[in-house]
Amino acid sequence: MFTINSESSKKTEKIAEKISLLLSPGDVICLIGELGAGKTCFSKGLIRALGVKNKYVVSPTFTIINEYQGKYPIYHFDLYRLKNENELEALGFEEYFYGKGITLIEWADKMKKLLPKDRLEIYFSYVNENTRRIILKPKGKLWVSRDMESFSENIGS
Amino acid sequence: MYILGIETSCDETAAAVVNGKKELLSNVVFSQLKIHKPYGGVVPEFASRNHLKKINTVIGQAIREAGIKLSDLNAISVTYKPGLVGSLLIGISTAKALAYALNIPLIGINHIYGHIYANYVNDNRKKFPGIALVVSGGHTSLFLCRGHNKFSLLSQTRDDAAGEAFDKVSKSMNLGYPGGPLIEKMAKAGDPGAFKFPSARFKKGNKLDFSFSGLKTAVWCTYNKNINVKNFNLHDLAAGFQKSVVDTLVRNTFESANRYKIKSILLSGGVASNSSLREAMQEKAKKEGLDLFCPPKEFCTDNGAMVAVAGAYKFKKGMKFEFGLEPDAAF
Repeated sequence: MFTINSESSKKTEKIAEKISLLLSPGDVICLIGELGAGKTCFSKGLIRALGVKNKYVVSPTFTIINEYQGKYPIYHFDLYRLKNENELEALGFEEYFYGKGITLIEWADKMKKLLPKDRLEIYFSYVNENTRRIILKPKGKLWVSRDMESFSENIGS
Repeated sequence: MYILGIETSCDETAAAVVNGKKELLSNVVFSQLKIHKPYGGVVPEFASRNHLKKINTVIGQAIREAGIKLSDLNAISVTYKPGLVGSLLIGISTAKALAYALNIPLIGINHIYGHIYANYVNDNRKKFPGIALVVSGGHTSLFLCRGHNKFSLLSQTRDDAAGEAFDKVSKSMNLGYPGGPLIEKMAKAGDPGAFKFPSARFKKGNKLDFSFSGLKTAVWCTYNKNINVKNFNLHDLAAGFQKSVVDTLVRNTFESANRYKIKSILLSGGVASNSSLREAMQEKAKKEGLDLFCPPKEFCTDNGAMVAVAGAYKFKKGMKFEFGLEPDAAF
């Protein structure tokens, strides 16, 4: 578990950029935190860092999922409007998780039971108006095997 | 001539009929609001299933109320993008089957352009060239409309849609769903100057772009900071938030009109039913000497009438039925 403080939305995007260097196809990243805690901001930074040139990387709340093509296919989910895990199953979400793209899931805590074992959980919380606390929790063998230790040393700088 | 319009892109199952003079003969909307209300938002799987349950009834009623028979139809127009794919599919499949059986053309309508055409429902005054603001739960976009079906996107939101901000702020203030009408009601008794929120403005890139995510967070922070403070007035907070959204929408819309030397503004989308936005737009238009068009509130939210009218303006003699129409989630 690693904790970083971000003092601005720019820094949150920078942190996302650094995390993007760790990723490979098939990875699932879960973003968890209140409204306005920085999930979409982080997603923006990550999606751009993965080579997506779209001018607009926007909140997928309305569409539930936005797809992008960068270095890899990127699936940006937002489960904010969903309630029940059965519905997610019915929508065939797993096909995305075990595919060749990178999956980003905002409000992933709404579907804990359906998440793959190997995933990076990122928790966002509010410290003050500009500052957010970002906690990284690697889950499963895949993430534990990655060298998060040395990575975390320079991620905050 | 008769055209049937079908709309199922989100949580409204809707159908309407217009005649050759583009007069509205019927307009049936089945809203799933009650079904989704307990969940604080639209649940896609429910939406799709309920469209399937209602679509035939809604179309049947639209045909009956128009006083015609199915065989009288000359074309069918249907929303094919953007929206929830599962929901769009119900409308498209029904429209395809009907058009195929009747051997009449099927016209695909972009939902966003449909909203712009809500301004032409029972109102054929010349409005183009114009600047169109489409503002709803899923979209906040400005278009330059050079003429019928000649629209180009000028700008859009970089994060949340304006309606989404209303919904999320409403939820974080524990007011409920949908947020638009609830915030508007709260704001009426509030002082918009009590809590001042800045209106987002970009220095880099497209200056006409919108952003409401920072505002949403600022309101949430203010709410949490003050919730235990004596005399904290929720009405004031709602009014301050609403004013910031309205100011941004008005500013960017009129800046676009100015930039492209356009004399006509078309408002549409669910948020266009907000009285405070309508008044502010009207006031600014009067001051600048521009014409403001805004559909009646019933045509601001999703409906079949706008799809039927958009279809009527796209319809050309000699059009044939084609199978190719597919749903698409993106704009």
